[in-house]
Amino acid sequence: MSETTDIDMLRYCRSQTGRHIMLLVRSPSEVINPLLFFLLVIILFPLGLGPDREQLSVLAPGILWVVALLANLMICMRLFVDDFEDGSLEQLAMARVPLAIAVLPQLVASWLASGLLLSLVSPLFGLMLGLSMDVTPVLVASLLMGTAIMLLLGAVGSALTVGVQRGGMLLALLVLPLYVPVLIAGTRALNEALYGGDPYVALALLGAGVTGGLILAPLAIAAGLRVSLEL
Amino acid sequence: MTTSLLEARDLSIHKGLRQLLKGVNLRVESGDIWQLAGSNGIGKTSLLRSFARLASIEVYGDLSRCDDVLYSGHSAALKGALSPRQNLKYHPSGLCIPSDSEIDDALASVGLSGYENALTARLSAGQKRRVALARLFLPTGRLWLLDEPFTALDVAGVEVLEQRFKAHAHAGGAVVFTSHQSADLGDRLNVLDLEQFRGE
Repeated sequence: MSETTDIDMLRYCRSQTGRHIMLLVRSPSEVINPLLFFLLVIILFPLGLGPDREQLSVLAPGILWVVALLANLMICMRLFVDDFEDGSLEQLAMARVPLAIAVLPQLVASWLASGLLLSLVSPLFGLMLGLSMDVTPVLVASLLMGTAIMLLLGAVGSALTVGVQRGGMLLALLVLPLYVPVLIAGTRALNEALYGGDPYVALALLGAGVTGGLILAPLAIAAGLRVSLEL
Repeated sequence: MTTSLLEARDLSIHKGLRQLLKGVNLRVESGDIWQLAGSNGIGKTSLLRSFARLASIEVYGDLSRCDDVLYSGHSAALKGALSPRQNLKYHPSGLCIPSDSEIDDALASVGLSGYENALTARLSAGQKRRVALARLFLPTGRLWLLDEPFTALDVAGVEVLEQRFKAHAHAGGAVVFTSHQSADLGDRLNVLDLEQFRGE
């Protein structure tokens, strides 16, 4: 019997990433809904707070980050549900690839469809909240990293709760406390950039979070899925 | 020369506080076809899943098996939004990715030529079942663990599958499947009646 080589694993991950991207393209609502949610909330805030640009731009970093966090939570609630119900997760566990690696393709595809997309359109949303265009690079960079961390953390919670009927609330309780440091670092980076400070400390923290998350989260996700699948 | 693809010694399976099966001994060698039989709820699926190592928390006893396993359960891991061809090509269990011509041949073998690019969601239950079973016609594992492979299949479909089982066993593979109906699989077929292992 031939051994599983790294090349096999790479090819497997590539084909699975393709599968997940195809699935997201075929059901665009899963991609568009979080973005639409983001847009709606951003539209509502100026209506509720009044059109004072000064006030809005003070609140903008917090608003953008909180909405990004909630949109991310929406994505995490759906993350493994379909695959759990139709037996795909079982088959994933049957693949002769460590489960921690086999879950990576889905995470990559989900992040491309959520975090990357959200980060790229965020300058537009920032503009709607009167955020200065000067901080756009910091906004995009912080969201790119922040959404990745939140997706990784959310996936751990999602893996643990996928077997629970209506586990959405449980998931929120599990992962929201973990999201708080990300939220603080993200808004901190933006505020520093807005008021002439140094945003790089907070950005570096987020970068460290992504690195650590990429190494540790897949192991936790695999362990969580094993619990949910009763492996 | 036969090699053992799966060996279970004194296996017992628990579900919650109840013991489903105890003292299961089974040795599956290459060329064997085993049918797990027994009444509803006796633990056919649980036993098969334990063979697949998909349920090890409440399985006690010795189990050794080869790594090259194909498991197909009640849920077929098919995505309605993908075509049968894509479903087979990007199957989450697939370490070796089949070529398009291999997939088309497999789909033709289960009588689905012409449906390669249809939406799987639009297919009937029996046709979906056939897509799932088309995996057996691709170069895949040596040991097949199949849960109720004959459900929702018509007579012709059952016959195609029986032929495939025989060919696989002849080529040195082995099949373990659960079913209520008796299959026409010749003298290679062994039936393991699970009633004798019923737990207390």
